[in-house]
Amino acid sequence: MPMHTKCREEGVLMELSLATRQAFEHAILEVGGEIDVYTAPRLRERLIELIDGGQLRIVVDLSRVEFLDSTGLGVLVGAHRRLRANEGTLSLVCPNDRLLKIFRVSGLDSRFAIHASVADATAATRAGA
Amino acid sequence: MSTVTISFSPDPAYVRTVRLVAAAVARRAGVSDDLLGEVRLAIGEACARAVALHRRHGLTELISVAMRDGGGFTVTVTDRGPAGEQLEPGLADVLPPPNRDARSTGVPSPAPAGAADPVGTLGAAELVEDEDALAAGVSLTLLTGLVSDLEVVAADGEGTQVRMSWPVGRRLAN
Repeated sequence: MPMHTKCREEGVLMELSLATRQAFEHAILEVGGEIDVYTAPRLRERLIELIDGGQLRIVVDLSRVEFLDSTGLGVLVGAHRRLRANEGTLSLVCPNDRLLKIFRVSGLDSRFAIHASVADATAATRAGA
Repeated sequence: MSTVTISFSPDPAYVRTVRLVAAAVARRAGVSDDLLGEVRLAIGEACARAVALHRRHGLTELISVAMRDGGGFTVTVTDRGPAGEQLEPGLADVLPPPNRDARSTGVPSPAPAGAADPVGTLGAAELVEDEDALAAGVSLTLLTGLVSDLEVVAADGEGTQVRMSWPVGRRLAN
């Protein structure tokens, strides 16, 4: 189960959840809640931890994300670049039309591999793709 | 015509608060439910952009968000960033080259020659800076794509005003 992270300064719930699991030779990062200018640094830290820990195939599952702004997009692009520098892959899972629209409008939909499910995402990059 | 104005310190923690208030005010003004998501996203984006701008320039001045209900729902986000800063890096300058295994679902963007930094030549700190630059470039692109009635103008004195309007339907409690 994903854990909500308490914001230390104010003691209020930080509306971002992050949970990592392994599946089909990929690290699956399940993100829930809101990725915005406040929470995006947490996502960035987690992605860097995974990459520094040697994970080269990462799937970011955005299925339960309710809000995404340009700061979040910047973090995803950054992780994408870091992985490519190490011959790795970053795929996104995004079945939500509202979120897809954000990728489309920002012109980033053609830059990411975006899949409808985790199974699709792992299948696309599994066999030395 | 009624107005709700919020001023807040350029702290990312307050952007969510502004989004929540804005959504409530928009609903009260009569913005239809299917537009509320877009309103929340656009106001959040405009505020995130303003906060990032203030932080980049070490500004502690307040960012103001004025929400007006009169003929439509109009939101004006005013920052105190240096004039001309709205001309942020274009998408073409900060986007990575197309991913070879990307499933292209949109209109292909032109790939500018030599625009993107070669992958792997930047240090960690530079990459974070690079991400921030990308976010800044994407921010106005997003706003332009999401809000059909959008205006970005120089504010009186210093700063920029991002003005967004949405139609309102049946008014609540009136």
